[in-house]
Amino acid sequence: MIIRYLKQFKTIYASLFVLIIWYILHLIIKSNIIPNPFQTILVFIQLLQDDLLIHLAVSLTRIVFSIIIAVFCGGTIGLYLGMHEKYDLFFGPVIYLLFPLPKIAFLPVFMILFGLGNTSKIVLITTIIFFQILVTTRDSTKGLSREIFYSISSLGANKWQIYKHVVIPAALPKLFTALRISIGTSISVLFFAENYATTYGIGYFIMDSWTRVDYVEMFAGIIAISLLGLFIFKIIDYAERYFCKWALLEKKDSALF
Amino acid sequence: MIDVHNLVVQYGQTKILNNLNMQVKRNESCAIIGPSGCGKTTLLYQLAGLRKPNEGKIIINGTTLTDIRDKTGVILQNYGLLPWKTVWDNAGLGLKLRGFSKNHRDNVVKMILTELNVYQQRRQYPTQLSGGQQQRIAIARAISIEPDILLMDEPFSALDAITRESLQDLMIKLYHQKQLTIVLITHNIEEAVFLGEKIIIMHPSNGTIKKIIDNPHFGDKAFRNTTDFHKLCVEVRSEMAGRPS
Ligand SMILES: Nc1ncnc2c1ncn2[C@@H]1O[C@H](COP(=O)(O)OP(=O)(O)OP(=O)(O)O)[C@@H](O)[C@H]1O
Ligand SMILES: [Mg+2]
Repeated sequence: MIIRYLKQFKTIYASLFVLIIWYILHLIIKSNIIPNPFQTILVFIQLLQDDLLIHLAVSLTRIVFSIIIAVFCGGTIGLYLGMHEKYDLFFGPVIYLLFPLPKIAFLPVFMILFGLGNTSKIVLITTIIFFQILVTTRDSTKGLSREIFYSISSLGANKWQIYKHVVIPAALPKLFTALRISIGTSISVLFFAENYATTYGIGYFIMDSWTRVDYVEMFAGIIAISLLGLFIFKIIDYAERYFCKWALLEKKDSALF
Repeated sequence: MIDVHNLVVQYGQTKILNNLNMQVKRNESCAIIGPSGCGKTTLLYQLAGLRKPNEGKIIINGTTLTDIRDKTGVILQNYGLLPWKTVWDNAGLGLKLRGFSKNHRDNVVKMILTELNVYQQRRQYPTQLSGGQQQRIAIARAISIEPDILLMDEPFSALDAITRESLQDLMIKLYHQKQLTIVLITHNIEEAVFLGEKIIIMHPSNGTIKKIIDNPHFGDKAFRNTTDFHKLCVEVRSEMAGRPS
């Protein structure tokens, strides 16, 4: 009974929990570096009517573009390599080498190559998500059994139909997991990248408030970036529920949340 | 109808099938039985046109088999249904891939699911079904394309005895109704005897056929309860064990 309640209102419950901890910290630390959460929320709402919304929109656009490019390119290459072992033999080691590199270290290079504006930031985030998607879709495809290919071939499927009915649907649940993992990293990296050569973006907003020693505004910015992350996660959840209903059914039997 | 000529299939250097010959007549039901690892699935992949033989050929209705065939329905050992498709979409997949219109598909699928008693489950996913229901969907999908040949690889081996018998009865019914030519692979002796008009016993290791037994009683559901049935089971069992009966 209680568990069902928690599940239904899990976001609200989690937010309340965080707010209470925040308030307690505020009371204990007694320094303006941790402002009153309720005051911060009020400022946050005021700022939304000002320019905070624009900063959020700019950051969101950068992330959404990166996701679209990375899923398309990473997914296509990943599925292809998964299906063609001889290419994977060739490119696999290269990917293995590049995958764990901290992509953020290449920000200066990207800024020189792609300019200081949006492009270099989008390229940076795209690279992070790209490798995660590529590796998971490739491994998911490699894990498909020979029998499942025989089964679909025996029904008369051609190459494209095999991708459409078997390879892509099998990779989708793992693709969503990969997205969740890489989105977290992407937002932190975006936060960092938005400190350079831009006057828009939530990262800029936070660091700008910080240099102005306006901690309430800074925390309002932190609320905004958290909500941005939450929003993207929720979108991914909905997309997963729509495209991978079958996989969630299997999960439901084993897990509570 | 199906004519297998000197078939040789090898994995690496090992010959799994070695000069295998067999015939199946039109509207005949042929059960192939043999111990695990003797090459039954390998043979079925050949009959389905899923793999090319190393030597020899398979002739179906006068033409040499080189690829999968539009009028062959196949039910494989484990990976029958796609977990990401509903019962309805799974059952209609064969028709869809062969390019039939949605209208035709919907009509056929509805009719077959109703006939096989799984229409209620049409919106569910395979993991939500019992093993017997899943096999019904696999059968539905295979017969939806109106095959003249139906190939089955141990379709009922994971089921309990009662469910298995009811599906065996269903196969007899479909066999009569649709004039099917059936090749059924099994390692269950009772199943081979009940569903085999011709029972082919494979050699345990050398990739050939050891013995062919004709079964004149095939086709009657009541056969299962007769002494002839049990006699034939005994005969098949002793052949498989290598003793003369
Ligand atoms: N992909 C493969 N590569 C190498 N050897 C294989 C492969 N598939 C099957 N074999 C070998 O071929 C032999 C026959 O396999 P097959 O699957 O045809 O047996 P089966 O008669 O269907 O057995 P079961 O009753 O267990 O399904 C086995 O010895 C197996 O090890
Ligand atoms: Mg087998």
